[in-house]
Amino acid sequence: MSAVPAMVKGARKPGMLPIGSIRFWLAAAAAFVACVLFPVLNLWVPAEHPLHLSSFWVTLAGKIMCYAIVAVALDLVWGYAGILSLGHGLFFALGGYAMGMHLMRQIGREGQYQSELPDFMVFLDWKELPWHWWMTDSFLWSLALVILVPGVLAFVFGYFAFRSRVKGVYFSIITQALTFAAMLLFFRNATGFGGNNGFTDFKRILGFSVTAPETRMVLFLVTALTLLGVLLLSHRIVKSKFGRVLAAIRDAEQRVMFCGYDTVHYKVAIFTLSAVLCGIAGALYVPQVGIINPGEMSPANSIEMAIWVAVGGRGTLIGAVLGAGLVNGAKSYFTVAFPEYWLYFLGAIFILVTLFLPKGVLSLARRGA
Amino acid sequence: MSPGRMARAAAAALFLSACALPVHALDRAAVQRLAFGESDERLAAIGALVAEGDPRAAEVLRALAEGEMQTSGKAVLIVKGEQALDAFTLQDVPLPAEREDVVANNRLRGAIGDALAALKLLSPEASERAAAAKVLAGGADAGMRGLIEKAIAQEKEADIRATLEMVLAGMQLKGGSKEERLAAIRTLGGSGNPSSKTLLLEVANDADEEIRLAAQRSLRAIEGRLAWGERIGLAFAGVSLGSILLLAALGLAITYGLMGVINMAHGELIMIGAYATYVVQGFFRNSAFFDWYLLAAVPAAFVVSGLVGMALERSVIRWLYGRPLETLLATWGISLVLIQTMRTLFGAQNVQVENPAFMSGGVQLLANLVLPWNRIMIVAFAAAVLVSMWLLLTKTRMGLHMRGVTQNRAMASCVGVPTARVDTWAFGLGSGIAGLAGCALSQVGNVGPDLGQGYIVDSFMVVVFGGVGQLAGTVLAALVLGFANKLLESWSGAVLAKIAVLVFIIVFIQRRPQGLFALKGRAVEA
Repeated sequence: MSAVPAMVKGARKPGMLPIGSIRFWLAAAAAFVACVLFPVLNLWVPAEHPLHLSSFWVTLAGKIMCYAIVAVALDLVWGYAGILSLGHGLFFALGGYAMGMHLMRQIGREGQYQSELPDFMVFLDWKELPWHWWMTDSFLWSLALVILVPGVLAFVFGYFAFRSRVKGVYFSIITQALTFAAMLLFFRNATGFGGNNGFTDFKRILGFSVTAPETRMVLFLVTALTLLGVLLLSHRIVKSKFGRVLAAIRDAEQRVMFCGYDTVHYKVAIFTLSAVLCGIAGALYVPQVGIINPGEMSPANSIEMAIWVAVGGRGTLIGAVLGAGLVNGAKSYFTVAFPEYWLYFLGAIFILVTLFLPKGVLSLARRGA
Repeated sequence: MSPGRMARAAAAALFLSACALPVHALDRAAVQRLAFGESDERLAAIGALVAEGDPRAAEVLRALAEGEMQTSGKAVLIVKGEQALDAFTLQDVPLPAEREDVVANNRLRGAIGDALAALKLLSPEASERAAAAKVLAGGADAGMRGLIEKAIAQEKEADIRATLEMVLAGMQLKGGSKEERLAAIRTLGGSGNPSSKTLLLEVANDADEEIRLAAQRSLRAIEGRLAWGERIGLAFAGVSLGSILLLAALGLAITYGLMGVINMAHGELIMIGAYATYVVQGFFRNSAFFDWYLLAAVPAAFVVSGLVGMALERSVIRWLYGRPLETLLATWGISLVLIQTMRTLFGAQNVQVENPAFMSGGVQLLANLVLPWNRIMIVAFAAAVLVSMWLLLTKTRMGLHMRGVTQNRAMASCVGVPTARVDTWAFGLGSGIAGLAGCALSQVGNVGPDLGQGYIVDSFMVVVFGGVGQLAGTVLAALVLGFANKLLESWSGAVLAKIAVLVFIIVFIQRRPQGLFALKGRAVEA
């Protein structure tokens, strides 16, 4: 499939946007909205002013940008390499849990039981932190966990799965089983992640209160910049030789193998990268939304992620972002306005997009242009 | 007189003397103590009354427990409204003006409960006697001993007599002579009852060496028998879970295994079958045939789920053949719509599906092993569904067409098989079997809109583990997973067992991506 539109022909370095193109201006406008408009309207316009942007919208936009990162990550494996993972919710949640552990430690003695230990551990009558909480009071180590845990899991799982040539639907089903198993594991109180309730009631991050508007705005900006960075990185990857091999694997894996490429390495690499990006998205998500629980690992969540990509248009990076925004925007609207119709709507999107819009809404725009 | 006649005459004499009992009054002293005595005296009086085995004793005890017993001077009365009965003779007497209530405390009430149960041991109804014996087996007062001995002598049902002998042995063990205790230990050793084990454990460290050794020998015998009960119970639990998994996965074995359609709405078709059962049950709610509603529910569940499945195939799935990942997403969307439809129609709460009377209760196989009827029925049902599906696939024209289309669609089409219609029917069949699974599941679990979500991962695991396109593989996989799950459960608890099984399958798929029964040849890469 031709992911390269006609207007970017000509010799130029891969991964750079030509200054003056439509896409450059779109990116600039998005950056302006995120980095200038949001902070000004939220922090400096007084609350009673009609143009004031409430924290609710900042959080919502931040949340959707986290989802957009996930969508881009999933698009890399599904849209470009043809591997549909139905377990990306697990990597997202693992990143979230790693950040959540640090935030729980930051509560300190301000919890309900005034203990050094997180409340749920006091409740379970534990006397000391379990081994996997080692060093979680260090922010840097927690960041390392955010990247390492999803990364290592994806590497090991992906290596064995791809080496055994598990692919297509089989791969989808076993990734789904993986996240399902993890969800059951995290639901147990004895696993040490707060069981059913997960982590919540965070107080501060790096010493700043998580509820303060300034902190929220900083988190929002960090998320926006991360999304931008992820997009640029992914753009670079898919335009590189590596990305072209991935697309070739998607379209005719056996031919690529016969050409002498070891497809396992390519697939493991992109799967691991994708999982790490999801972990980072999860880590950004948790302080903004203020809760992480095993429900994030439910198979339903992971499938929903696939539909974000499908709605926007897989195989195009901006489509993934668009899809995540459209579906989650609709979700926020429906679950408030007509909660009982949300599942009908979501179900209809799944059916209609696969039947009538296999290349997503972006193909509509292309057709129109 | 021949010996047979003599025995009959003796029996008649015994019967007459039993009938003669009510003619004279109850033990006057015992009733007096019951009404006026101290706590311990009253307990002893209950024992004395029970030992007579007189049905009227039951009436007096019941009156005391329910606060109908009153005294007036020396007289003990049973007062019901304006009517008074003399407690010794149960004859009507005039109601005296001065009366005092006789109060029964909780301890006394408990003893009366046991006593009333014990009196039922002499009831002419075998079922009442069996129930009474069961109550006593849970713990009987030493005062009942006389009555129990009498009941054993009269009892003709071997089961009930055996239970009573156990109870008696327990009593002898506590307060009998050494010979009695040794005999009791031997009797207890012959049972497989967990409560006999508790009794024996109490004397396993007895001061008397002979008793101690005998008790330890009997304990070993019991433990051996209990272990067997547990093993068989575990095996049955495994078969039972396996048959549930099999039912859930059989439909998928057709739609996924034979047709290659990833149907994520399979769980919801199960759920629809369960709701169909619920609706049919509603029709039968107040009729005399309520117990037989399942006979109507089974075909109803099959037809409703089958029709929904056929409609899905015609409207959505047909357009996505050959695009498995898209099918996966579209059918997931269908499942969401179906769940929400059920929520709108029947509410988000679980609905109540009752077992018919013949499916409640169970078969007592060993003292510590009861096989519930509903589980047995489901195992039988799963086997029946499996056999009919096999017959359908191998012996009918429809089955022949389905297998033909699976093996070589183009060739089947060339020789005149209407492939599109066969697809619809095959999908309908798979969905109908999901409906049957729902009907069965409604008998053992909750029925709610989310019912299907819990089975979708499991049923895909069964089909994938067994090998796609292999009926025998599906059966074996369901049973193996059922056993493995229950076996691990007894070591590590339900959740860890489930996780372990999932991880096992994930690892297994890496080693043998084609499942237990691998297809050979070209089909593998297709």
